[in-house]
Amino acid sequence: MADIAGPPRRRGLRISRGWLPYVLSLPALLACIGILIPFFTAVAYSLQRYRLSQPWAHKWNWGENYLNFMSDPSFWNTLRVSMTYAFLTVGLELLLGLGIALLLQKRTRFNNFVSIMLLMPLMTAPALASLMWKLMTNPGFGILSYFAALIGLEDFRWASSPQTAMLTVVLVDMWVYTPFIMILLLAGLRSLPQQPFEAAALDGVPRLFVFWRITLPMLTPFLLTAVLFRVIESIQQFDIIYAMTQGGPGDKLTVFQVEAYLNFFQSTNVGRSAALLMILWVITYILSTIFIKQWLKLRERQRGET
Amino acid sequence: MYDKEKKLIDAYMAGSMSRRSLIRGLGSLGVTAATAGVLVNAAATRALAQNGFDWKKHSGTTVKLLLNKHPYADALIANLDNFKELTGMDVEYDVFPEDVYFDKVTAALSSGSTEYDAFMTGAYMTWTYGPAGWVDDLNEYIMDDSKTNPDYNWEDVLEGVRKSCAWNGRPGGALGSDDAKQWCIPLAYEQNNLTYNKRVFDSAGLSVPGNIDELVETAAAAKAAMDGGYGIGVRGSRSWATIHPGFLSGYANFGQKDLNVSDDGKLSAAMNTDVSKDYHAKWVKMIQDSGAPDWSTHTWYQVGTDVGAGKSAMMFDADILGYFMNGGTAEAGNLAFAPFAANPDAAAPTPNIWIWAMSMASASTKKDATWYFMQWVTGPEHDLFGAREMDLVNPARSSVWADEMFRDKLSKSYPGYVEMHDLSAPGASIKFTAQPLFFDLTTEWAASMQKMVAGEVPVDEGLDQLAASVDSQLKDAGLG
Repeated sequence: MADIAGPPRRRGLRISRGWLPYVLSLPALLACIGILIPFFTAVAYSLQRYRLSQPWAHKWNWGENYLNFMSDPSFWNTLRVSMTYAFLTVGLELLLGLGIALLLQKRTRFNNFVSIMLLMPLMTAPALASLMWKLMTNPGFGILSYFAALIGLEDFRWASSPQTAMLTVVLVDMWVYTPFIMILLLAGLRSLPQQPFEAAALDGVPRLFVFWRITLPMLTPFLLTAVLFRVIESIQQFDIIYAMTQGGPGDKLTVFQVEAYLNFFQSTNVGRSAALLMILWVITYILSTIFIKQWLKLRERQRGET
Repeated sequence: MYDKEKKLIDAYMAGSMSRRSLIRGLGSLGVTAATAGVLVNAAATRALAQNGFDWKKHSGTTVKLLLNKHPYADALIANLDNFKELTGMDVEYDVFPEDVYFDKVTAALSSGSTEYDAFMTGAYMTWTYGPAGWVDDLNEYIMDDSKTNPDYNWEDVLEGVRKSCAWNGRPGGALGSDDAKQWCIPLAYEQNNLTYNKRVFDSAGLSVPGNIDELVETAAAAKAAMDGGYGIGVRGSRSWATIHPGFLSGYANFGQKDLNVSDDGKLSAAMNTDVSKDYHAKWVKMIQDSGAPDWSTHTWYQVGTDVGAGKSAMMFDADILGYFMNGGTAEAGNLAFAPFAANPDAAAPTPNIWIWAMSMASASTKKDATWYFMQWVTGPEHDLFGAREMDLVNPARSSVWADEMFRDKLSKSYPGYVEMHDLSAPGASIKFTAQPLFFDLTTEWAASMQKMVAGEVPVDEGLDQLAASVDSQLKDAGLG
């Protein structure tokens, strides 16, 4: 006689209801630990006199690394160069990205095709883009050097001249990242409600007025999001600058990440490198907080208006 | 191996037959020249196995290496089977391109990883690795007869090169002093001399410059004679590597130093003397007038490829860079070599050198077995194999430089190379002061040079500023 089979038993691991919240939050907890341990290690290193080539001098010096920055001209140069780079790249990319997004705002097959094509630079690794630009700006065979000569800029030295090094790396950054801002703003523009624009068209409001009074205010949350992402990224720039000039000529492009990298991997000055990165973290934190607060304020205002 | 081939190779090993005769003889037996090289080395390995040393002591052990992508590493890899046959050991390795190689080494060593037992390094890097406790003092092994085979012949390694890999760890301590620790053992090394394009020189009626003034003039004349090219290639990137090749070789020829070491061991900047300022001014003018337009981004790679492509008329850089550019490039066969003494009053050149060497990781768990590999790879047999059959130039052993077949091979394809080497080798050594801030201070020196070439600061003022900064950093680090 065949056995009477009961309801099928579920196979696999059974987790009791009491443990379930902990298990579900475990991945997030592990990720936090993975971030926090290196972070606090870096904080500890930044408070030490720690140079791998002088192990005998390794000791806690508490805030001395930070205090030394106050009288260190190279630190202030790093701060100035990093801020200038971030300001220039984000500002120019915002203007250009917005302009392109406005041009491509209307949904047509051509505009859709162009917007996808314009994303290509974003698919290129920044280090590779830098190498490409390095070749294009080569004084012997670079196509950009050739064009520069055609318009009368003979012997234009691009990244190898202190006068034009910043301009060159900003151009590379713009080439890589403008599409990011463009696609974000294009998505924003296309998602805006049409009624205000239709009403303005009926009233015959000039297009410039529509742009300043309707488009731009409604687009501001997207602008802030784009700026937030780009500021955080550009103030931490490393690959484009290092691949193009290693921070030179002179100290023209020694941004935070390049300086910290050289301090650790070349000079093995762990303490100074960590302190530099802590300062960069504070700057990033402050800027992020400002942008997020502005973004939240704006959202509240818009909710109030609706 | 067949008897006839074996007899030929044994005759060659015994020195009673020339290499050409050997290859001809083996060729008649259907053996190619490349295979002949491998067979010869196998015979050398058999000879090594018979020297009474217990090569099989660590049979079955595997050691792992970290290697830089370089012809020296290629020579090592090409000969590994003989080492495995000799010892019964196995060897694994990772090879990384030079751009990221030293980052990988620093990460592996600083983390205390036991993954790699030995690795390729430059001598300068051991000024960090040694005091940090990441590498072992190899004197302990070299001097131990129970661990080192009797044919190793340590004294055969060129003195300047050998001593350049040894430092007592005291900031400013002389390299190769009696109390020095041997942090690494050289595989091969580079001297810095002139490589020039004979075709360009001949067509422009130029003669090889003999001192810094002539170098500046010749570079300018070469640039004027070239159509779109430039006169002289030297490194210019914002890196310590800009200072160490041609620049420092010429600088040292005037008796100039990077740092002063006082009697009480304190260090201070020495690059703002009058002689130094004069030399710097000439160097800067030479780059401004006749250097690459994008000089400030030039590493060894651009310097080498430009002379190989005929874009520059000459370069003052590593001799082996000229060696490699004299084959497979647009100007292959047109490049010639010349020793260079920047100081007209100097008796001979004093090239600063770059050494590719092997170090043993302190974290290695198989140190004795690793030493077996290291003594083999830095030993006379492998050095000779690399020099004769591969591109292991410049070998670090005097016996290899005395080898007629190696010299013939070089002289045939690279006219003037052997003579250049022989003339400058006696004065070749590391000219920097060994100290823990080497990379900081030398990179700053390069950055200052970039400012001087760009005209952002006058040479004398730039050097005074550099010296003040160097002194301040030395003081902060407790060294000045």
